Amino acid sequence: MPILSIKNLHAGLPGKPILNGVTLTVPAGKIVALMGPNGSGKSTLAQLLMGQPDYRVTKGTVRWGSKDMLKLKNWERARAGLFLAFQYPYEVPGVNFYEFLLAAYQSVNGKQGSQAEFERRLKRSLRELRLDAKFLERGLNEGFSGGEKKKAEILQLRVLQPRLAILDETDSGLDIDALRLISRNVRSLRSPAISFLVITHYQRLLTYLKPDIVHVMVGGKIVASGGSALVKRLEKTGYEALK
Amino acid sequence: MSATTKLNITTNRYRFHDPVNFVFQTPKGLNEQVVRAIAKQHDEPDWMLEQRLAALRLFAAKKMPRWGADLSQINFDEITYYARPTEQAQDSWSKVPKKIKQTFERLGVPQAERKFLAGVGAQYESEIIYHRLKEKWTKLGVVFCDMSDAPRRYPELVKKYFGTVVPAGDNKFAALNTAVWSGGSFIYVPKGVQVALPLQAYFRINAPSIGQFERTLIIADEGSSVHYLEGCTAPVYSRDSLHAAVVELIALRGSRVRYTTIQNWSQNVYNLVTKRAVAYRDAVVEWVDGNLGSKVTMKYPCVILKEPGAVADILSIAFAGRGQHQDAGAKVIHQAPRTASKIISKSIAKDGGRTSYRGLVSVSAKAKHARVKVRCDALLLDGRSRSDTYPTMKIRNSQTAVEHEASVSKINEQQLFYLQSRGLSPAEAERMIIAGFLEIFTKELPLEYAVELNRLIALEMDGSVG
Repeated sequence: MPILSIKNLHAGLPGKPILNGVTLTVPAGKIVALMGPNGSGKSTLAQLLMGQPDYRVTKGTVRWGSKDMLKLKNWERARAGLFLAFQYPYEVPGVNFYEFLLAAYQSVNGKQGSQAEFERRLKRSLRELRLDAKFLERGLNEGFSGGEKKKAEILQLRVLQPRLAILDETDSGLDIDALRLISRNVRSLRSPAISFLVITHYQRLLTYLKPDIVHVMVGGKIVASGGSALVKRLEKTGYEALK
Repeated sequence: MSATTKLNITTNRYRFHDPVNFVFQTPKGLNEQVVRAIAKQHDEPDWMLEQRLAALRLFAAKKMPRWGADLSQINFDEITYYARPTEQAQDSWSKVPKKIKQTFERLGVPQAERKFLAGVGAQYESEIIYHRLKEKWTKLGVVFCDMSDAPRRYPELVKKYFGTVVPAGDNKFAALNTAVWSGGSFIYVPKGVQVALPLQAYFRINAPSIGQFERTLIIADEGSSVHYLEGCTAPVYSRDSLHAAVVELIALRGSRVRYTTIQNWSQNVYNLVTKRAVAYRDAVVEWVDGNLGSKVTMKYPCVILKEPGAVADILSIAFAGRGQHQDAGAKVIHQAPRTASKIISKSIAKDGGRTSYRGLVSVSAKAKHARVKVRCDALLLDGRSRSDTYPTMKIRNSQTAVEHEASVSKINEQQLFYLQSRGLSPAEAERMIIAGFLEIFTKELPLEYAVELNRLIALEMDGSVG
């Protein structure tokens, strides 16, 4: 059974439709890429899946395994194993990053989460992301550079180990080295236990990640689907050709 | 690094009330006999009794303040002005009565903290029952004792400084305190002595309608430094209670004094405190002031920057829930050149609670090149709560650098969404954002106080979010 199945989803802000019948499936253990131009509704879909309360669903279904995901509150989705790497992570001043991460880990893992395991994951993730432990003593995203914010999102992903991770334009605003580092991190997480929905404009990230399935969204709808070859074709023709 | 984010605190820990037998207490109401009885209990020199009696006359003559919070419910005739639970101040933990020890254990107070703190003074009712100061400080000449003993034991220092920073005639409650004060701390730090660990007093009110009128006097001699810390939690009562304390702080040339308070009075207490410091040349005075609980708080820690180079740093937080009004702020009087002040005030109101920031910064014509920085931020957790800002600046010379920022905000929905997206419940997320809002304050506290404060906030937040 796919971890996520979206069928004919219509949604948007009150009085402003953004998604106009999205159908998309993320099979377990696969990397699914969602590409598309600015304003096509990709980030709306990501936020809506995470449970952003501003968006209203007018039609269609979203299933998490066999469950109706739209009935779950956003923290319940997180506890069920959904993770969103935010395009613009919010700053929460004064909230210690370490304490936040531990609280999140405990929320997601409940009684099964041991602190030793948390520390082990954290230590390894810091190393893999080339972050100093001092990073954790700062306020959550407070004064982080663009690159640090993106790394902090991937750090959270690695520590929380979700079943489905949505990466919302994680590659935007990264220099080439940071992009490579983050891509390598994501690729190394690949396993049957985790699926990815990777949202991006560019093929760069996808060259590293080698997605199993590629969808293209234009005007709030999926207009083309395929494998890695679709990424290369888009690079030549642009999104215009698909409209 | 601490790993205490999960807080499972029940209100029972803070809301209790132990029956206590008093060795001595005055009848309700205030008159000359009551004042004389208090002085007699202290075995006080006559000069102090005379000051008390003069203050009693001032108290009768002074009007209630007509500004700030509503004080009309205070009935001075229904208050017991003095109660004494044990015979005398204790200097060893083993001599403290069992009943009282149990209370402290339930509060989780002193044993574990003892080695951390240089000295522990605990005020139970109007009297200090337990006082301890590590031997090395005694050897250095540091005095840390019950204020009730100070006029007898250190008459020169008390005569020289008592009532000089907050005169009895300053306001009605300062007059009241000067007339009936008992307990509080007396600290003297000799020239050049650095007291590395904080001196601490832990006290609480524990009987209905018993006012606390403690009086604290701290003198930091030239080039010395000291950190005094007091915190308190209080049980809940049915009748109104009054807390009218006076704190006087003298920071002589080149000294450094920090005074940290966290107060969590029960929700029927009128907490009316006059706190004031005088800072001489190049001295630094820091007030770190946390106000939770109480029905009404009126408190404006003040620093008079009397000589060149003196510095004032005032950091305060206030939390007001249902039926509470926290009217708090700060005052700095710049009287000399190159003086500097920084005021940071943070307040939170919920369930119809009300917070007010009331501040005064005055810079005299002589205080050239003074620097002033004021920042006050208020957080409103719902539409029924209220926050007001009353900042006053009187700048009498043009060579002053002034910065002033103020904000009133609601909890940021995007931050809530972000935290919840990581699995935190709405209540946990809100608590975390609030703790972050107050972090500038809590990071100045010793660790166990920071933990305690976060617990108190969690307690205050209980039930406010579904």
